[in-house]
Amino acid sequence: MIWNDEFETLPREAIESLQFKRLRQTLERVNATVPFYREHFRRAGVTPEQLKSLDDLRRFPFTLKQDMRDNYPYGLFAVPLEQIVRIHASSGTTGKPTVVGYTRRDIDTWSELMARSFVAAGAHKGDVIHNAYGYGLFTGGLGAHYGAERLGASVIPMSGGNTKKQIMIMQDFGSTVLTCTPSYSLFLAESVAEMGLDIRDFKLRIGIFGAEPWSEKMRDEIEAKLNLKAIDIYGLSEILGPGVAIECNEAQNGLHMWEDHFLPEIINPDTGEVLPDGERGELVITTITKEGIPLIRYRTRDITRLIAEPCICGRTHKRIERLSGRSDDMLIIRGVNVFPSQIESILINIEGVEPHYQLIVDREENLDSLEVQVEVNERTFSDEIKVLQELSNRIRKEIKDLLGVTCKVRLVETKTITRSEGKAKRVIDNRPQL
Amino acid sequence: MRIWDPDRECMARDQLTALQFEQLRTTLERAYRNVPCYQKKFLDAGVSAKDLRQLSDLARFPFTTKEDLRLNYPYGMFAVPLREVVRIHSSSGTTGKPTVVGYTRNDLNNWTELVARMMTAAGVTADDIVHIAFGYGLFTGAFGLHYGAERIGASVIPISSGNTEKQIMIMQDYQSSALVCTPSYALTIADHLDRMGLGADSLKLRVGLFGAEPWSEEMRREIESRLGILATDNFGLSEVMGPGVAGECEYKCGMHIFEDHFIPEIIDPATCEVLPPGSVGELVLTTLTKEAFPMIRYRTRDITRLHYDTCRCGRTMVRMEKTRGRSDDMLIVKGVNVFPTQIEEVLFQVEGCEPHYQLVLDREGHMDTLEVQVEVNETIFFDEMKKQREFVGLVEKRLAATLGLRAKVKLVEPASIPRHEGKAKRVIDRRKT
Amino acid sequence: MKVEQISIFIENKSGRLAEVTRVLGEAGVNIRALSLADTSDFGILRLIVDKTDTAKDVLKSKGFTVNKTEVVAVEVPDRPLGLNSILQVLDASRINVEYMYAFVERCGENAVIIFRFDDTEGAIRVLTEQGVKVLVGERVYCM
Repeated sequence: MIWNDEFETLPREAIESLQFKRLRQTLERVNATVPFYREHFRRAGVTPEQLKSLDDLRRFPFTLKQDMRDNYPYGLFAVPLEQIVRIHASSGTTGKPTVVGYTRRDIDTWSELMARSFVAAGAHKGDVIHNAYGYGLFTGGLGAHYGAERLGASVIPMSGGNTKKQIMIMQDFGSTVLTCTPSYSLFLAESVAEMGLDIRDFKLRIGIFGAEPWSEKMRDEIEAKLNLKAIDIYGLSEILGPGVAIECNEAQNGLHMWEDHFLPEIINPDTGEVLPDGERGELVITTITKEGIPLIRYRTRDITRLIAEPCICGRTHKRIERLSGRSDDMLIIRGVNVFPSQIESILINIEGVEPHYQLIVDREENLDSLEVQVEVNERTFSDEIKVLQELSNRIRKEIKDLLGVTCKVRLVETKTITRSEGKAKRVIDNRPQL
Repeated sequence: MRIWDPDRECMARDQLTALQFEQLRTTLERAYRNVPCYQKKFLDAGVSAKDLRQLSDLARFPFTTKEDLRLNYPYGMFAVPLREVVRIHSSSGTTGKPTVVGYTRNDLNNWTELVARMMTAAGVTADDIVHIAFGYGLFTGAFGLHYGAERIGASVIPISSGNTEKQIMIMQDYQSSALVCTPSYALTIADHLDRMGLGADSLKLRVGLFGAEPWSEEMRREIESRLGILATDNFGLSEVMGPGVAGECEYKCGMHIFEDHFIPEIIDPATCEVLPPGSVGELVLTTLTKEAFPMIRYRTRDITRLHYDTCRCGRTMVRMEKTRGRSDDMLIVKGVNVFPTQIEEVLFQVEGCEPHYQLVLDREGHMDTLEVQVEVNETIFFDEMKKQREFVGLVEKRLAATLGLRAKVKLVEPASIPRHEGKAKRVIDRRKT
Repeated sequence: MKVEQISIFIENKSGRLAEVTRVLGEAGVNIRALSLADTSDFGILRLIVDKTDTAKDVLKSKGFTVNKTEVVAVEVPDRPLGLNSILQVLDASRINVEYMYAFVERCGENAVIIFRFDDTEGAIRVLTEQGVKVLVGERVYCM
């Protein structure tokens, strides 16, 4: 099934001419309404008029996460605030989050693209969609929610956490489609087994998993344990949220990117040079229909490659291969983006704590775990257990509050964290490689 | 101030009565036809939709209680096939299983419309930046306000709950002008502002819509003066719809119940007799337009009073006073509904025997706290501190999972919880309202 | 009237306790009393030794995190209700015990209880007033 036959199966030339028209308009609009872009283009010596073909896009400068931070909160908005009906945020590299705004039409586009994605994954109106992505400022929960509603399915806005209740509801309410992170799906599967329940008594058919990279091996495991078809979805809040690209049910091979709304490029992350289709590099995306916060050549830092060959499902949009890594130090823990620098700034702000820390990332019972080891020093040590326990609770709580990720804090002895060439090795990632 | 839908909200009483009668008749027929539970209830009571000759005949129909919802868990009370249901919410039940409610597309549209009315009455406009600090999820609070604000055309910040300092940072940076949360959380925000050395003028807040828990006029004055806003109360419950059943206008003299969608009655909770206008009693609500989940004479257990005299704002819809208590043992902690039986069930599961426990409710700053005191016995005592801590951690985790609320577990010595005639006093509520 | 106690942060892993005692032993420090509080990740070892400052210095030089705290040592007759009489006194004055541990003197007639109070000065005053024998540091260090 295809949700929007007209646009999803557009012939290549038609896609490209549509892209060109929309790209040109987008460049003109940001040049006229966003002071950052006007200056950015001027400094690079380019003007929207110089875009004579899609290939000319490479002459325009990149947009970085840092640019969003520098223009916090509303500096990159291309419309007045009255036209913004929704505001979301993602974690920034330090204290301040990255802000994104949506006009009514943006919300409409997002719902449409998520509805397309649900249908591509094999869902339909009769499904009961159990949405276990976190709701709130992150785009995951509400993005999937609006798409499922557009589709006309029954939405259970479950949000994250509370696994036993989730399982009870999944079983009792007869959920047929599950949306969450792939690692949470495995955690659910294990919990189902632990509770002595049989997955065959559940009605799950399809799982749509994203927000973190996952391997084919993990897919096999999820499909076997949850007795469903597992589909990979891609998105990032700077660009839209979930629904930028998704695998089709037919091929489960590469994620179709909705090219009537986004223009993908693959670049060499070191040189910034554009690579031909098929070569692996960093994904760069330009939005060509967004009104609230259009982004030109946004560097996603995700490593993948573009597949231009036609797909058996009939969709003509290019696919991206499943992600194989990052070109920066960002960690994805249970679907939450975490930069080591964020944890460092939290620790420094707690009195007495020195930034001697190490992050141990692991996978326990299929769920990512983050342990933050912090060295105890004379200022933070006490002869009373409760004082030390309060310290570790406080660190845990601040990390949870500011980054949205639950971690375990372990106080360790002074100078036990390995320092290499005077600088500590910050991250030990013991999770199985993709 | 603006009225969102003046045709409806300022309808003449006789017109409204005629509309209600017509819709009620249809609702009764549909409920009887599509919901086995109603069919049985009507048959048992010997009534049918045809017996409704005037609105007051509603009193002849049987009540619906939370227990009925429990017995028909999960979808037994739905009046449409699941295919037509586009949203499912739930609220806490009296025991482990939650109460399930469903919405068709029309239901969502009506809900959105009613919240838009309520928010407009509270002063929200398309130019506002609405900061929604209710938890998003199965509870109806956040979604109700979210969709309503979107309908008005305001900018919505779906901040959800938790982390007050981050919320304040976002309110400052994003210039939030309307605040949606529980009244006690509004005061927590005020406390944090004080602690951070910030005045209310560091924020751009103009109005606040507070609900999900009872609050006093004194608390309103405090919120209004400390945050420098117009603070209004609103009412709703997920069994009936969610927020948007009733809301105050700028005159703050009771919450207008949107009577073109709901019929309110006040009954004596002991005799179940309908009381005359102006009496204090339990609020009973009947839905008039809900397709997926019609409720006939649902006993809300909230104690209040109705005022039928006309309001200065021009709305003709009846006003209900702030709720002044419950006719059952439900507790409202941080806006979350808690039944002591839910806690008992959790303790029974972990201990494997009848627990001796006590619930202590208090207020720290302006936030409710719930402490569950559990008497230690041999099965839950360990000589190692870490095992003892792990046990407490486990109970706290289970409670959080069941209640959707953090409770502190405190182990106390055997026989230290006072017993009255062999039965322990379960709840000590030290909060003052 | 106060007694100096050192406390050491040690992770819950094998060999750490042995390391502390080895370091102290090599520096010629004698342990008079000790208590170990456990949690799942770490422990706090509390010691009363004959040479507090030496102990603190050598442990610090070996990279341990060490604190010095003031505690109160009380002599209790080694018989039934011996401890109880003291606790009654404290309770009557609403003084809280944060933690405590005990050892028996070599001659075996008295027990010594080490207390950490929320109000050390107040506790010493109350105990002395009520005729409880509070030991001076020097006495405990060379027991």
